[in-house]
Amino acid sequence: MDDLSRFKQTYFDESAELMAVAEAGLLRLSPGDVDMDEVNAIFRAVHSIKGGAGAFGFSELVAFSHEFETVMDELRNGAIPVTTDLIDTLIRANDLLGQLLGYAGDETDPPPGLTDDTVAALRHALSANRNSPPQPVAESTAPPASATPDDEDDEAGIFGDALAAINAARADDDPSGTGSGSATADRVRWTIRFRPKNDLLLSGNEPAYMLRALRRLGEVNIHCHLDDLPALADLDAELLHLSWTITLTADASVGRDRIDDVFEFVADDCDLQISADAPLPAVVEPTAPAASAAAPPPARSEPAAVPAPPATQTTTPPATTAPAAAAQATTGKGDGAKTDGPTKPRGGNGGGDHGGLTTHTIRVDLDKIDRLVNMVGEMVITQAMIAEHLRDLPPGQFQELQEGLEQLAQHTRELRESVMSIRAQPVSSVFSRMPRLVRECAALTGKEVLLATSGENTEVDKTVVENLVDPLTHMIRNSIDHGLEGPEERERIGKPRAGTVHLSAQHRSGRIVIEVTDDGRGINRAKVLSKAIEKGLVQPGASLTDEEIDHLIFLPGFSTADQVSNLSGRGVGMDVVRRNISALGGRIGVYSTPGEGSRFVLSLPLTLAVLDGMVISVGEERFVLPLTNIVESLRPKPVDLHGLVNKCDVMMARGEYVRLVYLHRLFGIPKAVDDATRGLVVLVETEDGSRLGLVVDEVLGQQQVVIKSLESNFRRLDGVAAATILGDGRVALILDVAGLREMSRHTGDSDRARPAPTPALAGPSPSPRQRQTV
Amino acid sequence: MEPRVKKKVLTVDDSRTMRDMVSFTLRGAGYEVVEAADGQAAMTAIAASKVDLVITDLNMPVMDGLTLIRKLRAIPAHRSLPILMLTTEADDSKKAEGRAAGATGWIVKPFNPDKLISVVQKVCG
Amino acid sequence: MSMSSSMALATVGGSRSDALSLNGTEDQYVSFTVGTEEYGVNILAVREIRGWTPESRLPNLPDYVRGVINLRGIIIPIFDLRARFGGGKTEVTKRHVVVVIQVGERTRGILVDAISDILAIGPDAIKPPPDVDSGLIDAEYLSGLYTAENRMVTLLNVDKLFANEHGDHQDPADTRAIAGSAATS
Repeated sequence: MDDLSRFKQTYFDESAELMAVAEAGLLRLSPGDVDMDEVNAIFRAVHSIKGGAGAFGFSELVAFSHEFETVMDELRNGAIPVTTDLIDTLIRANDLLGQLLGYAGDETDPPPGLTDDTVAALRHALSANRNSPPQPVAESTAPPASATPDDEDDEAGIFGDALAAINAARADDDPSGTGSGSATADRVRWTIRFRPKNDLLLSGNEPAYMLRALRRLGEVNIHCHLDDLPALADLDAELLHLSWTITLTADASVGRDRIDDVFEFVADDCDLQISADAPLPAVVEPTAPAASAAAPPPARSEPAAVPAPPATQTTTPPATTAPAAAAQATTGKGDGAKTDGPTKPRGGNGGGDHGGLTTHTIRVDLDKIDRLVNMVGEMVITQAMIAEHLRDLPPGQFQELQEGLEQLAQHTRELRESVMSIRAQPVSSVFSRMPRLVRECAALTGKEVLLATSGENTEVDKTVVENLVDPLTHMIRNSIDHGLEGPEERERIGKPRAGTVHLSAQHRSGRIVIEVTDDGRGINRAKVLSKAIEKGLVQPGASLTDEEIDHLIFLPGFSTADQVSNLSGRGVGMDVVRRNISALGGRIGVYSTPGEGSRFVLSLPLTLAVLDGMVISVGEERFVLPLTNIVESLRPKPVDLHGLVNKCDVMMARGEYVRLVYLHRLFGIPKAVDDATRGLVVLVETEDGSRLGLVVDEVLGQQQVVIKSLESNFRRLDGVAAATILGDGRVALILDVAGLREMSRHTGDSDRARPAPTPALAGPSPSPRQRQTV
Repeated sequence: MEPRVKKKVLTVDDSRTMRDMVSFTLRGAGYEVVEAADGQAAMTAIAASKVDLVITDLNMPVMDGLTLIRKLRAIPAHRSLPILMLTTEADDSKKAEGRAAGATGWIVKPFNPDKLISVVQKVCG
Repeated sequence: MSMSSSMALATVGGSRSDALSLNGTEDQYVSFTVGTEEYGVNILAVREIRGWTPESRLPNLPDYVRGVINLRGIIIPIFDLRARFGGGKTEVTKRHVVVVIQVGERTRGILVDAISDILAIGPDAIKPPPDVDSGLIDAEYLSGLYTAENRMVTLLNVDKLFANEHGDHQDPADTRAIAGSAATS
């Protein structure tokens, strides 16, 4: 049905959760310590993914998850042991499952052969690792024959005895007495014994089609015989080991020739016996032959009306309305004490006692929350607008209005926080991916690594969580690859063989701070410096502080690895991490002690929807500077300003020289203050701690602003992080301080239109000191 | 057709996707559908309100489908409650197991919506 | 250009659509003036027409990108059609008008002098622009010419007109990565 698509999102969401469950489970799995609940959970996860995939027709996904599931099934049955190899294979399989889900989500076909290796490994695990001789797959608890034949096809069925009960009940309910059997025509029951040769499939024939074709002739009851099925290990999947007995109840008009037709192409490749049973009792309307097969279900009453079926099926007692009473009596008692009480909720199965159906949580489409966030954003803007108008009123009057507005502001803030908390997620969803990464990195580098985590429950906006994955991945790789020593070296210098990487998260003054600490060798400053000089990032002979050297690793194009290793040398360096973090309004810094290790500190806003900013004006334009970047604003005296080799202006601020960047020059804004002593210098700090003096006309005040995308209808602009709407309804751009620094540094390279005269501040090689500071 | 009280179907599956699909299909066919994510929750649901049919997955956490069926059958009031098992494998041994536990019938996942409706109509009208 | 934009184009750029010549229905165009010239865009692409509100400028862009405005909470760019066609930047007054166009997922405003008409134009009435091969006119954004009484209306393919002002083809992070590496190399 077309409505299927409506479930796809649910499916992909759910699958992502299941994948995470499976992955976490797999990572906890280790030889000799097998938690069966865990294995079962993984099995179920894969099983559910397969189930859904089948519903949507994602055939690659079905095929692969089936292989995966089979191994998990054997594992939980104890048929194969847990080995390190197997765990690795399963982790790979889980990865691949994720990839296939991705392809399915994009509605593209996965590259051919994508799963081949892993499938082979999975199959190998099945055949090579058996704990004990394989059991026959179908130890055939052969279906207990029933007095009433099952009403079934290959998609669904009702057990004969149950059906009889239902039909009996139906008949009781039907006072007219016409319900049952009224539509049955004059019919013949055929018994067909179909035993194909085992190479039937090789001829391109498909028994399922034949069975289906039979179904079109009438009502069929199919029994598949599994007796000839070899043990799984001996199974040749290309050969057929099944045979069938089919009873076909068809109109009298369906002759033997019609049945023969079905098997026309395989007549020589199978052993086929077809026999007709006695005609069924004549029925009410013998003149309506075709009615029965197509009749709506309630009218399908044939099984109940049928007399004793062929001999092979008559050995069991007649149908009972309490099916399999014996089985349930024993099993019911066996664990009855524990589970009988239907009202007894299970701990951890949240809220099982509230009608049993729901937990205390609801699932809400993200779009809805985003709409809510937007509305709150609009409210913040409206409130700022009212506040602005109110400022124009004579002071001292409208006291109550003022107070009301303050209350409104407070409520708006609380509302915003509540809404944002809906989007909040613990960072554990990202942290939980890291053990896996550490394993891989350790394996690739031959190092021994322990990962410690803390603060996993720290909550942060969903978008921030999602954007944490890449930077964290890179930082951890970096720590293992560059930071930690090999086990031998560590032993030699008296450290434990295994290095430790500690990943932590915490809230600190309205931001989330994430630290990646290692106890390795620390940053090799001599090496970093010589590399930077070699790459022309630093002038030879420059004197840099330790901290400055450490931060060189965030410069574009910097990479310390002597040879590009498998890990860090994937084309991106810490500069990309820094840039991505900074695009999220975050900052990253590094602290390192030689011989003791390094600590990377990353801080991000808790939400990407709102930020606290300082509104500034330049010419007729207004901009917003994120508060987190601002150190202070000052009005320099002429004596504080210096020209530096005619290239740029520097200013003494807090005992340090900082380079001045005139925003109006950078952005080409007319009618702006060009003299820093008559405007203001906002001292801003980029994520690596380097400072810059931004020359603006005026600082208008601090304000909470709602972040609006410039890119959704336009595109990204250098030096601009996003946009917002101010109280008067006008748009203001939110500045990207790191981007401004880049721009000011490379203006010489730029071919952009620049109406205002470009100052000569971007010489290709400012002093190393400035490189660092600016 | 004369007005009738909607039949209530309980769908038990740990997969949200599957529950959604069953619910959507059956609601469209005029059934009231309630959901439970595992056997235990299903037991609770059944105790809390009368249901006319249970459609249950087999592999589930906390309490699996076969256990659910057995437990229901052990309660006199639910001896004749129709229970369909929704399963990816409908081989004979699986069916035999279900039958032995007391299932009324089975539906193969993924299911054809029309098929599901027709089977449901068959067992609970 | 994204898939969705091109698909929108198929329904919007009516004059070029074969489907329309088949069924022969007329399309409605909103026509507007810029100086002495008259232009038309398919009405299906027009989301609304609004009076001029002051824009916020964007740095370091060609003069035909006027800036951005707040359209009920979303931020849209405003393009100056006169500047785009080399007529210099428009001196805006309160009488100037912004035609808000929806192309695919994107919304943008076009600054014009005034709205002049709504025209029903059959596909047969649209003539190809002359000399498109000469390189004199960039035919990409022209979908044809139409004569209304004795005025000539230039029908615009708005999708193409400001297509290169969107970073659709580039991931923003890439853009910066490229800028960064170019700067250091």
